[in-house]
Amino acid sequence: MKEKIAFRDAQKECIDGQALRKYQLERLKETVGHALRTPFYQHRLNKVGIRSSDDIRSLKDLERIPFTTKDDLRESYPRGLLATDMKKVVRVHTSSGTTGIPTVIYHTQEDLDNWTELVVRSIVACGVTSDDVFQNMMTYGMFTGGLGLHYGAERLGALVIPSGSGNTKRQLQLMKDFRTTVVHATPSYMFHFSSKIGELGFTVEELNLKKAFLGAEPYSENTRKKIEEFFKIDVYNSYGLSEMNGPGVAFECIYKTGMHLWEDAYILEMIDPETKKNLGDDTQGELVLTTLCRQATPLLRYRTRDLTTVVKGNCPCGRTHRRISRIAGRTDDMLIISGVNVFPSQIEQVIMKIPEVGNNYQIYLAKEGALDKLTVKVELYSKLFSGDLQDLERLKRKIQDELRASIVITPMVELHEPGSLPEFELKAKRVVDERIKI
Amino acid sequence: MAKQINIFVDNRAGRIQKIAESMSLANINIRALAIQDRGEFGLVKLIVNKPDKAVLALQEKGFACGIKDVLAVVMEDKPGGLYQLLKTFPEEGVNILDAYGFAAETIKGSVFFIEVKDPAQMTAFLQGKGYKVLTDQEIYEL
Repeated sequence: MKEKIAFRDAQKECIDGQALRKYQLERLKETVGHALRTPFYQHRLNKVGIRSSDDIRSLKDLERIPFTTKDDLRESYPRGLLATDMKKVVRVHTSSGTTGIPTVIYHTQEDLDNWTELVVRSIVACGVTSDDVFQNMMTYGMFTGGLGLHYGAERLGALVIPSGSGNTKRQLQLMKDFRTTVVHATPSYMFHFSSKIGELGFTVEELNLKKAFLGAEPYSENTRKKIEEFFKIDVYNSYGLSEMNGPGVAFECIYKTGMHLWEDAYILEMIDPETKKNLGDDTQGELVLTTLCRQATPLLRYRTRDLTTVVKGNCPCGRTHRRISRIAGRTDDMLIISGVNVFPSQIEQVIMKIPEVGNNYQIYLAKEGALDKLTVKVELYSKLFSGDLQDLERLKRKIQDELRASIVITPMVELHEPGSLPEFELKAKRVVDERIKI
Repeated sequence: MAKQINIFVDNRAGRIQKIAESMSLANINIRALAIQDRGEFGLVKLIVNKPDKAVLALQEKGFACGIKDVLAVVMEDKPGGLYQLLKTFPEEGVNILDAYGFAAETIKGSVFFIEVKDPAQMTAFLQGKGYKVLTDQEIYEL
């Protein structure tokens, strides 16, 4: 038997189509008005004849606006997309750019409040209440996954344990001692738990887990089932990206038939990544999102690079916001390693700056237990080799440190003989991903 | 002072054979060889009769290599010989980075190759203790 359908704000969540479109148009006009305050959008929008919010007369006018890409964000670093007075900004989140220059999203207090409200709405849809104990095992800090859910659960009135990621034994102890009912983690971390729980002296029965929010990396329906059966819990999928605040963009409800994308906060479009033409529902395409309630960094028609499908039909929960399916892949070469987004170009940039290594490299991904393991293989540049072993060890550490500074995660670094890795010119596979899809 | 060639190699089958092959083709005689294993890679250490020529031959084959000065100390080929020699190192506070040796018929003794941070200083010290430290020419003539 399913649990009870609950709403944070039934009126907003079950809004009828016509009212939603009217609301979206109002918000879009306002968002365009905000966007026109940034040098970036002023230039972009003026070029297509949009000089004020009054030039947006219907939702159809959205199609006149060019897409915004991650590169646009990077090129506008650090303030080119800031639409408010810096005094009103209360938080900034940056995320990895494709080339080492990060992308930056600013938030006013109102922006954060709106974001938090979307998170509350999302977790209520999964049946979380103020009686729950929520253990947040996602990384805190610049990574939006941790803070986003943290504030949402806190505002709902749940007991929040901000445990962050890592330290499996302590996590289990916290779960047991505080009777944790809901956890938030990456699917591979949950898998890791299932393999370690016995070894660490705990049993599923002595815990009080009921639900898990798993996200930040793709996983299959099969993985959901395995984790649900092992822990005897319900697992809910979620979707978000830091450019669109973070978690709380789209979330499953208790019916688990796709993630409701909150259409009063984002305009959802699906495009063919090649032709860039809009696609109808039920066709897989790239998700394009426009923010509707963000003052500091409004983004218009942002290409998420995520491939998904809009789920047809109505959800039994009564919410009218359309659902998107699990993310099927990416339209760029972004890698998701332990929930962290990494572009091969970031790794390449670091390697190219180190004179002691050659230009060939290989990114090798494998699983170590349930967790991701990244190995970066580089070639020693023969002319700069002194013959000292200590120099080699120092070089490995240097590469490791610089990669960690750029991509946040710490890779294993392997040194190889000059000419031993597949050559650049031969369009060799730079990335070898041997992780089993979960 | 003795010249040792340090060659960077991947830890995979056939690499030492490749080194031996290039030495053979260049008509270079290998007097001693040691391997320092470091996981995915290692250092192959060679004492040869023509170090400069050997380095060129190796570089031509794409190897990353460098020449290091090492101590080549003659010691008695009998029980306790190595112990007597090594006892002197802590006196100077010198740490041995790597070492290997072989017994040489022609000098009725053993030659011990020792890598230290400052081989020149250690040569003078060992000579003061009465040890013979071979020059590169003397090693090749063994």
